[in-house]
Amino acid sequence: MELYELTIHELLDKLRTGETTSAAITASVFERIDAVEGDVHAYITLMRESALAEAAQADERIKKGEMGPLTGIPIALKDIYCTRGVPTTCGSRILLNFIPPYDATVVEKLRAAGAVFTGKTNMDEFAMGSSTETSAFGVTRNPWDLERIPGGSSGGSAAAVAADECIAAFGSDTGGSIRQPAALCGIVGLKPTYGRVSRYGLIAFASSLDQIGPFTKDVEDAAILMNVIAGYDPRESTSVPEEVPDYRTFLGKGIEGWTVGIPKEYFVEGIDPEVEAAIRRAIQVVEGMGARCVEVSLPHSRYCLAVYYIVAPAEASSNLARYDGVKYGFRAEECRDLLDMYKKSRSAGFGAEVKRRIMIGTYALSSGYYDAYYKKASQVRALIKGDFDEAFKRCDVLLTPTTPTPAFRIGEKMDDPIQMYLSDIFTISTNLAGVPGISVPCGYTRAGLPIGVQFMAGHFQEGRLIQCASAYEKQAKIEKRRPKL
Amino acid sequence: MEFEPVIGLEVHAQLLTEAKIFCGCSTKFGAAPNTHTCPICLGMPGVLPVLNRKVVEFMMKMALATNCRINPECNFARKNYFYPDLPKGYQISQYAHPPAEHGWIEVENNGGKKRIGITRIHMEEDAGKLLHDEHNPTSYVDLNRTGVPLIEIVSEPDIRSAEEAASYLRRLHETLVYLEICDGNMEEGSFRCDANVSLRPKGSAAFGTRAELKNMNSFRNVQRALEYEIKRQQYILEGGGEVVQETRLWDDTAGVSHPMRSKEEAHDYRYFPDPDLVPIQIDEAWIEAIRRGLPELPQAKRERFVRDYQIPPYDAGVLTASRALADYYEEVVRLSGQPKIAGNWVMGDVLRLLNEEKGDIRTCPIRPAALADMIKLIQAGTISGKMAKEVVEQMYRTGNTPEAIIKEKGLVQITDEGALSQTISEVIARNPEQVAQYRSGKEKVFGFFVGQVMKATQGKANPQLINDLLKKMLAGG
Repeated sequence: MELYELTIHELLDKLRTGETTSAAITASVFERIDAVEGDVHAYITLMRESALAEAAQADERIKKGEMGPLTGIPIALKDIYCTRGVPTTCGSRILLNFIPPYDATVVEKLRAAGAVFTGKTNMDEFAMGSSTETSAFGVTRNPWDLERIPGGSSGGSAAAVAADECIAAFGSDTGGSIRQPAALCGIVGLKPTYGRVSRYGLIAFASSLDQIGPFTKDVEDAAILMNVIAGYDPRESTSVPEEVPDYRTFLGKGIEGWTVGIPKEYFVEGIDPEVEAAIRRAIQVVEGMGARCVEVSLPHSRYCLAVYYIVAPAEASSNLARYDGVKYGFRAEECRDLLDMYKKSRSAGFGAEVKRRIMIGTYALSSGYYDAYYKKASQVRALIKGDFDEAFKRCDVLLTPTTPTPAFRIGEKMDDPIQMYLSDIFTISTNLAGVPGISVPCGYTRAGLPIGVQFMAGHFQEGRLIQCASAYEKQAKIEKRRPKL
Repeated sequence: MEFEPVIGLEVHAQLLTEAKIFCGCSTKFGAAPNTHTCPICLGMPGVLPVLNRKVVEFMMKMALATNCRINPECNFARKNYFYPDLPKGYQISQYAHPPAEHGWIEVENNGGKKRIGITRIHMEEDAGKLLHDEHNPTSYVDLNRTGVPLIEIVSEPDIRSAEEAASYLRRLHETLVYLEICDGNMEEGSFRCDANVSLRPKGSAAFGTRAELKNMNSFRNVQRALEYEIKRQQYILEGGGEVVQETRLWDDTAGVSHPMRSKEEAHDYRYFPDPDLVPIQIDEAWIEAIRRGLPELPQAKRERFVRDYQIPPYDAGVLTASRALADYYEEVVRLSGQPKIAGNWVMGDVLRLLNEEKGDIRTCPIRPAALADMIKLIQAGTISGKMAKEVVEQMYRTGNTPEAIIKEKGLVQITDEGALSQTISEVIARNPEQVAQYRSGKEKVFGFFVGQVMKATQGKANPQLINDLLKKMLAGG
């Protein structure tokens, strides 16, 4: 077994016993990157030099017995996290050459925990997309089938973990951007409760929906990373001062006697038969652990996509107004006047999908349309949240497919935004409701593409999610395969 | 046809908090460009605003001082527009759910009083400033002011003349300064005013088409601009024309206003609740705590001065022009027990000296206790009123006590009857002619004797004592 193939907890054990060093692990990861990155293209920026230096420092600390919760572990960051002194593009030409003078809160926490940063991963431009194809820096390929997309928008992070180009990675999830690529790449992806993890320094797409979370090789690693990143941040007004449990205490506990809700609205039109079969098997596994699976209804589910595609673009149209060519990033040459500079810089700086969403959002907020669109969508959003509140009165967790289909082909849906948007149909609702969700591998299609099952829980019930997901992971015994690269 | 102006005013007041509204940067005016900035007020990617609670408290003070109702919940909204002085591409303001509404203040109106309604007060962040190079087609952006807290105070369209508008503004200004939440400096832009003006036939209830006036940076400018605008609209309407709804900029030098280019004002601000900030809850306990901390407001103070100190309303107005001056005056009254006399000295010599020397009452070298001592010395007859003028002057220059100055200058009044009788005898002896005149009933000559005695004593004799002794001695023959 190569070091790059191991999990965080396996590597921490080896570091603790002195069996290996962070320098060795980091070198191993970069060897792997050198071998497969040409095929996968998971990264926008590699941080090889600083990573090796951080690894050396980590080893010093380990020698002194000052080991933190992540000391020496190579971790990748989606290029949406502001990193002091390191280019941060958000997958967009408009942020070309932007170097933040500050770290995101999560980056600070990871640094303090001893993490080694391998680089910044590829993503859909401003996290707008479900395939990582809208990036201004080329497509990322799914390690399981290089002709297919890795999912998105955090496709680079998911592919990097699946291809062993890092030990774990971080992404952001506005409508499924962690869970969907995690499912399509056969790894674990967790989206915490809105307000659980600080958004400070995460470049905003849709502020009321964005949330940060980890990509890991197993559920235990997700618990380890949640322990580091969760918690109140005085720099974020929507961060919640709710107590943070030790998420590792939820591992290996089982779910006997639990009630697991199966929302009937998630098993209708458009779902791939192989995916549905895998989810049905997952339900049997859960029942086999002594949990009771009951059908529940989330009656407003059919409005989720419509609500999302008003709220998210509306917020985005405002959030992205700051990219105007005045202060940083890309500015067009040869502008006649101020208006011309705005138009040329934004026309050339943003890609087609971002422009589409800016226009949708601008329209939805316009005078005379606000009530019919944004206001109505906000009202329906409250109903969607109410559906979840009702369901969690009866159920400990909900179980659904993460995605309606396995990874699709590169280019397949680029000309059809609605089809593209539908790939997030099962993940969007948790963002609208603000509740946490996790995707865990639950099998493969006959063609060998990974499938994910999603668990959802009530607000701040990440512990319950981890408990359920880890129990499932242990019981399901999904065959450990590695993509052939 | 007789027209009636309908005027509503929007005032932006910069708040005197130490830190900006959504970050920790300083709000101080006049620093080198872009030195009072951080990633948050620069609108860099990924940063988030956190509300400075002091701003809410300052807003609540003004809301209570203007009789507004404070809403239990309000929120921030984004006002979206592109401009280089607005780094985020939106201004964080308040829109559908303002924190304070339905207030009013009173202004003097033809000797009576009139209430002007206040529609709402809300909080928002200020924008930065553009600096244009006069020699090159280049503009620079200074973002020091970005994120400095403002409150916007919107009046009802209750104002009916330019003069009334000016007195409404003076009231608001005075209240803000009294509350110590705004320095009121109009030149530096701490207190800014926009006006909406329309005309309608007198007696009509419907509003005419309005024009918005901007760029008036003094009370006088506001009044002039409004007078101009009223005349302009009247001229259009009387000529059978129609007023165009537009924004006009006041040009103070030319004394006229010009319409802004329509491109610059054609905004759809696309307001929506700011998802980065949570709604603000204001409970009764918080409101009460702020109410208890409110200072006495100028109007109440004026009324109290007239009532308790028995001074004329005009004097009360002068003495309450600032909180510091009123406090100064009250301290002198408390220590001297002479409200009227204290008022005269403060309004007269003290303010004159401060004016001449461009001093500030808060650092006036004449401390209230010293002024009270001087008043007591006059009362006791130790010095005359005339001497006191000189003493006050010296107190201002040296900061010394009146006693020290009197001693140093030898200014003590002659109150020794024996010594003064001696001088008077000499004066009488020297002027037999005038004595005869006086005794024959020409009492006007009395003034001549007073003058002679004063001259002989170099003005140091107690005038009352001179009077008494002279009368007695002239009569006694």
